[in-house]
Amino acid sequence: MDRFVWSSGLLEINETLVIQQRGVRLYDGEEKGKMDVGILLLSTHRLLWRDHKNHDCCIAMPLSQIVLFEEQTGGIGKSAKIVVHLHPVPSNKEPGPYQTSKYSYIKLSFKEHGQIEFSRRLSEEMTQRRWEHMPVSQPINTSTTSQAGRTRAVGIVGIERKLEEKRKEMDKNISEAFEDLSKLMEKAKEMVELSRSIASKIKDKQGDITEDETIRFKSYLLSMGIANPVTRETHGSGTHYHMQLAKQLGEILLAPLEEQGGMMALTEVYCLVNRARGMELLSPEDLVNACKMFEALKLPLRLRIFDSGVMVIQLQSHSEEEMIASALDNVSEKGSLTSEEFAKLLGLSVLLSKERLLLAEKMGHLCRDDSVEGLRFYPNLF
Amino acid sequence: MSFEWPWQYNFPPFFTLQPNVNTRQKQLTAWCSLALSYCRHQKLYTLDVMEAQESPVFNNKKIQRKLSTDTIQVIFEELRKKGNLEWIDKNKTRCLIMWRRPEEWGKIIYQWVSKNGMTNSVFTLYELSNGDDTENEEFHGLEDWMLLRSLQALQLERKAEIITLDDSKGVKFF
Repeated sequence: MDRFVWSSGLLEINETLVIQQRGVRLYDGEEKGKMDVGILLLSTHRLLWRDHKNHDCCIAMPLSQIVLFEEQTGGIGKSAKIVVHLHPVPSNKEPGPYQTSKYSYIKLSFKEHGQIEFSRRLSEEMTQRRWEHMPVSQPINTSTTSQAGRTRAVGIVGIERKLEEKRKEMDKNISEAFEDLSKLMEKAKEMVELSRSIASKIKDKQGDITEDETIRFKSYLLSMGIANPVTRETHGSGTHYHMQLAKQLGEILLAPLEEQGGMMALTEVYCLVNRARGMELLSPEDLVNACKMFEALKLPLRLRIFDSGVMVIQLQSHSEEEMIASALDNVSEKGSLTSEEFAKLLGLSVLLSKERLLLAEKMGHLCRDDSVEGLRFYPNLF
Repeated sequence: MSFEWPWQYNFPPFFTLQPNVNTRQKQLTAWCSLALSYCRHQKLYTLDVMEAQESPVFNNKKIQRKLSTDTIQVIFEELRKKGNLEWIDKNKTRCLIMWRRPEEWGKIIYQWVSKNGMTNSVFTLYELSNGDDTENEEFHGLEDWMLLRSLQALQLERKAEIITLDDSKGVKFF
């Protein structure tokens, strides 16, 4: 069976089909082999076999490999067979289903009969030897992807196999890479446990550590992100880090807030702050926690959450009534406004302008007109 | 006489159900009175919800606004609560519009009866709604079911009694 090569199953130019027979199984010598039942084709140049279920699986063998063949009649429970004796494998043979074989003959088992006609045609071809004086060339519409130096991938099966190999390779790489990370995670857990236990020991002041060392250790903890255990309070209403951060924010946000009319969406603040920091970026969680502390720290900023869930930072001096009154004026002047128009008018973001209009509506100063044209706000004449 | 539309009719937000509770209350009140006065003007006694959507009352082509079926249902529910509307079928597709409630009709009819000194006399329903004598009265042309309810209201007040004649109904006033 090692004389067979993978094939696309397409006949080449000058090659013609002589006969084909279904229901044929190939035997490597006496062994059944891994091939299933398929269609056996005889052409002027080759013997081809295609798997009847998987049409992409097709193998071929040049007729020049055949030395002689003989028939083997079937019996009860045994189908008729043709035994084909073959020349040794040529050195330049392309890859096939079997790399090696200890047999120099194969058997074609005809499960659905037809071996008489087949063997007659085969003997004809062997006599005529048409392949010798009808040189073949590659068919124009080849679907094989042969390139020098690479494993010859034949048809879709080859491509699939290559993809599968690539995927397995990737998989292996990824698991290798993360192997270290999982070890790191384990260590990190241990480290955190250790520092926690030491922190609690400091709290209990079990006298093993001196004052300076305590302070040093506390600063290490802080830089690792574990808060100072001595002043730690629960529930995010204060960690040192957040407090410092809040103070810092109070300073840097004043100017932009003035510019934007006293109110900025939290997302804008996030972008602004992180861009300014460059390194040591803030996580959204830290930002929110820090903003929640504005009031407690008596900073002139406030975190405000609207009904719709939108969060903004606004100046304390920023009066909502004023804003609404001016919104009402704007709307009355123009008759009616959509949130986009309002945003353009005021130079605000659309999100904030919509919030303002909704707030005015809630107060009863505006009413809405919802139609296919969009959502417009009118002064409330009701 | 052409119908006079109220100012709200040409105000686009009128056709959107307002989320603000106070505003909505005022809006619904205006809608109820508009619907009723329109029906009175057109002498409509029944409404079909599907048709109503296209009727000029709920569909102002000039400003290209119309009420959604949900909002119409809300308005109808308001009217029902006030006693001006009654559903004919369970699926709420048709309803009776009583731009005057039966009690009010009853009062008007009784006033006419007593004014003309016709208490203690008997009338057929047809005479009341379509008779020559009543031609100038508001209740002229009143649909039978409405007339009957008005008389039933009077009956409760013991000012009238509905009697069955050969093949129709009649009423005696006291």
